[in-house]
Amino acid sequence: MRTRWSLLLLSLLLTPPPPDAGAQTPDVSAAKDRGAAIAREADARDSGWGNAEARLRMVLKNRHGQESLRTLDVRFLEMAQDGDKSLGYFHEPADVKGTALLTYSHKTESDDQWLYLPALKRVKRIASADKSGAFMGSEFAYEDLSSQEVEKYTYTHVKDEALDGEDCFVIERVPTAKYSGYTRQVVWIDKSAYRTRKVDYYDRKGSLLKTLTAGGYTVHLERYWRAGWMLMLNYQNGKSTRLEWSGFRFRTGFKDTDFTQEALKRAS
Amino acid sequence: MRVWLGLVYVLPAALAAAQPADGPFLHSRGYVAAEPRLFPEAPGVAGQDRLHGSLAAELELRREWGGGKRSLVVAPFVRLDGTDAARSHFDVREAAFRLVTDDFELLAGVSKVFWGVTESQHLVDIVNQTDLVENPDGEDKLGQPMVKLTLARAWGTLDLFVLPLSRKRTYPGDDGRLRTSVAVDSDAAVFENRRRPSVAARWSRTLGLVDIGLSHFYGTSREPRLAADTREGRARLVPYYDLVHQTGLDAQLTVGRWLWKLEAIRRTAQPSSYFAATGGFEYSLANVGGLGFDLGVLAEYLYDDRGRGAPTPWQDDIFAGMRVAPNDAQGTELLAGVIVDRRTRAAAWSLEASRRIGGHWKVGLEARAFRSARADDPLAQLRRDGYVQTEVSFRF
Repeated sequence: MRTRWSLLLLSLLLTPPPPDAGAQTPDVSAAKDRGAAIAREADARDSGWGNAEARLRMVLKNRHGQESLRTLDVRFLEMAQDGDKSLGYFHEPADVKGTALLTYSHKTESDDQWLYLPALKRVKRIASADKSGAFMGSEFAYEDLSSQEVEKYTYTHVKDEALDGEDCFVIERVPTAKYSGYTRQVVWIDKSAYRTRKVDYYDRKGSLLKTLTAGGYTVHLERYWRAGWMLMLNYQNGKSTRLEWSGFRFRTGFKDTDFTQEALKRAS
Repeated sequence: MRVWLGLVYVLPAALAAAQPADGPFLHSRGYVAAEPRLFPEAPGVAGQDRLHGSLAAELELRREWGGGKRSLVVAPFVRLDGTDAARSHFDVREAAFRLVTDDFELLAGVSKVFWGVTESQHLVDIVNQTDLVENPDGEDKLGQPMVKLTLARAWGTLDLFVLPLSRKRTYPGDDGRLRTSVAVDSDAAVFENRRRPSVAARWSRTLGLVDIGLSHFYGTSREPRLAADTREGRARLVPYYDLVHQTGLDAQLTVGRWLWKLEAIRRTAQPSSYFAATGGFEYSLANVGGLGFDLGVLAEYLYDDRGRGAPTPWQDDIFAGMRVAPNDAQGTELLAGVIVDRRTRAAAWSLEASRRIGGHWKVGLEARAFRSARADDPLAQLRRDGYVQTEVSFRF
């Protein structure tokens, strides 16, 4: 069990475009600049929220429609110079109740992650470079739930199009992480508030693997948008996972000391 | 069992009585489990059974005030064993008050503390006594009375302990298997100085990819010497709990898919002292071949400078293990491993698997086997005590 929910997935990106190696046509270069600019703008619009907490309910559905549930409380701390910190505490299923996960995400390096196992009272630093594995048996990989730092991808603007009546930018992003499970992702970001509306994930073979859709957005502190639900559909195994976020509270007074291994042991 | 059920009903009511109106600050969790164990081989001691029925239950209740700054936790545990009277026992795993301030964290009461990083054995971990009747792997611990002060600073985290009482290690009784060929008589335990409180300190810090801990313990050893004698014509082993100094180091380097781990101790019990260490790695692969399952490979070397004279079978041994998790909704997990003596080839095999059924039920399988060609290896006493245990538990 490892995670990275640092930033509610959808706070998106911002990356200084990497120096391009070969000569590129002006069109390609312009599309990259535009993609990166959109990612940076989305990130800039989601800066300054400070700290927050929320309740996350995950509904896993297999291809026969059978459901299983996970419930956890997550708290977040925005870091100015580095990736965000998060601490998640499980309530369901009962056998993992009390398990907690602490993540320090980083913009370019691998995140740091510690898992607390309540039966043994043990804090274990876990390998978090390979984030392609499923989170708690769901259709979300750790990297999907990871703090979406801009530096974690390179971007290309593909086109603009309407999605469910919302004007969107469509950008393609390529993960920079060594062990990513994806060759690329195509992201629909609405123009009105730079919220992620849809993501198509392409696996290592280049085939369409999953689609994420997000909605039920609410605004907090008058400028920070958070999705109320996110649905991940896996085309290859027929399973789906729906995340339901609730109880958002911003600027509750969390400090650095609420995101330590000591805090992990006493999380609740 | 009636006492246990009483606790289940009375404690939550008591803790809930003063429930504040502004939030769910009473947390509870626990389990009730049936764990029959089958020993396929005939016992080494006449009259022992092959099938041992056993029930266990644990309840943890935690009440919090002031946004979690103050809390009270109570965690009773009980096991009822149909075969071994010494394995049936009740223990308070936790009963402690904790205060968290901006400057320090203070805990007073019965609690549990884990130190260490390796998987095959836990050398550094010394605060709590081992509840050995629970499982021969020694991972179950008895509650330890303590006052613990934690200071988290820029230079690291310092934990200071005063441990006023020393618990006796639990040992299987005459009817129990998984024991020394001559049974340990816990009632006859001798302490060098039981009244003297033990003290301990641990400094730990994360420096980038490295997590490091340095600890020192002075007090009553959790690991007794066992000395043979006879009482009323019957042979027995008497546990002697010496005063010891133990200095420990635990460190882990986390790089990419690799975890590199080291634990080392020097333990001094006048007039002798010894050094022991465990070191190795864990390599994790996620979503292997795009098939969705996670795989971990583990290897460690176990060393003890007392060599063949060591009271532990792990003095020049290699551990190899594997973790497999298909990442299904049921959270299926499998961990298999073996520890082999480099010279005698004496080996301890282990397999643990579990799977959730719905939100509250879990089934598990645990199998262990011990092989030793030489009678003088400590493992030889267990060679007929390989077992298969199935577990069905309800968790809440």
